[in-house]
Amino acid sequence: MSRFTARFFNEASKPKQEYGEFFKQCYVIGYKTLTLVGVTAFIMGLVLTIQSRPTLLEFGAESLLPSMVSVSLIREIAPVITALICAGKIGSGLGAELGSMKVTEQIDAMEVSGTNPFKYLVVTRVLATTLMVPILSSLANAISLYGGFLGVNLRGDVSWNLYWFQVFGILNFGDVLPSLIKTFFFGFAIGIVGCYKGFSSQKGTEGVGRSATTAVIVASLMVFIVDLIAVQITDLLGLT
Amino acid sequence: MEQTVRNPVIEVKNVNKSFGDNHVLKDFNMSVYPGENLVILGKSGSGKSVLIKCIISLIQADEGEILLLGSSIQGLEQDELDMLRAHVGFLFQSNALYDSMTVRQNLEFPLRIHWSKEERALGAEAAVKEALEDVGLLHTIDMMPSELSGGMKKRVALARSLILRPKVILYDEPTTGLDPITSREISELMVSVQQKYNATSVIISHDLNCIKITSNRVIMLIDGTCYADGTYEELSQSADPKIKEFFK
Repeated sequence: MSRFTARFFNEASKPKQEYGEFFKQCYVIGYKTLTLVGVTAFIMGLVLTIQSRPTLLEFGAESLLPSMVSVSLIREIAPVITALICAGKIGSGLGAELGSMKVTEQIDAMEVSGTNPFKYLVVTRVLATTLMVPILSSLANAISLYGGFLGVNLRGDVSWNLYWFQVFGILNFGDVLPSLIKTFFFGFAIGIVGCYKGFSSQKGTEGVGRSATTAVIVASLMVFIVDLIAVQITDLLGLT
Repeated sequence: MEQTVRNPVIEVKNVNKSFGDNHVLKDFNMSVYPGENLVILGKSGSGKSVLIKCIISLIQADEGEILLLGSSIQGLEQDELDMLRAHVGFLFQSNALYDSMTVRQNLEFPLRIHWSKEERALGAEAAVKEALEDVGLLHTIDMMPSELSGGMKKRVALARSLILRPKVILYDEPTTGLDPITSREISELMVSVQQKYNATSVIISHDLNCIKITSNRVIMLIDGTCYADGTYEELSQSADPKIKEFFK
């Protein structure tokens, strides 16, 4: 895995990249995951708001609901849930796609035709996930806050302006930037794990299934590990 | 006699290849001359596909030397190897058509590396159509591989391997999994494209009908070595029990 990652950086730093394939993968990975991420983010914001209300009500702090929900969503919940959805959808897709290409000799055919399959298949996909997961996560942040607005107003009455005033009033640089930066690492981890599992697939269709499954498991685990490291770094830098 | 004075297109010298304890190729030697259709015959798992993949450097030999079109493939840089591969067509056993691309895109794929943008703009369409016409499947140009039958996939894969007008064509079990009629058609097609493109062919096969139709010379690969070398007629009439076993 470490050798595979080192090879990625080596190939990605060389000239003559496959830009056409990169943009195609951005479309496939980004646009085609958008609906799933959007629906999940909306429900996430709505449910978090509904479930947080009784606790805040106990302490007479119901008015802090928009602030609390926004910090929770932006700092942690939306990026991590988005990354886990991407680990499931994109990670398994990459593992299965490249795994099936490997066992049906399509990767060998590419090599024989003079194309560098690593550059064409792996570099483009890893770069696409690294770019698209932060974009999806940013959209998930926004959509989940809309969900939060609906949740606040299901049993309360908070105006549109007041809700957003409270949301943006509490958020600061230290909430948004670390959260955005870590999503690039989430995207990279999902892409590299999915491609590695697919590229090293063996033993026919059974191996393809195993590649897809392990890609999801390892990518999800990597998301949590990256998140843990990101939280520690944020804490050390005094951005909490 | 004429063959000995011509330079071989492919020379395999004392090649060894092992996978763990399984010693697949043992000091294997072979030469293939221009215009030949050489068939390599052997049991499943005897190392035929490994040999053909060593020739195109998809698998690295442990020891020995392989000369392809006069160049030792072990000493080549990746760019040089890619340039050399432009002169070699490879028909995979599984066809290896790219699932996500149409037939046209499959055939255009090798051109993107070996032809310039201008060359592709001017000649790609004609080259694709000519290659598909050669295999009788021009009407499938905008179809997806999943829409094709097994025999059609094999023909499209052959068209893709011909698109760069290779000097050498390597066939890995070209008739496996096909019915006898389609198998005969593919074998005859292989002979006709070999004549049209004046290419040298190395064919891995168990199919005696295919071997009979396509071969000028047959090599038998047994226990990792070249056990016998001759024409189809010579080997089919051999009294050697190991050879006779194949021609029953």
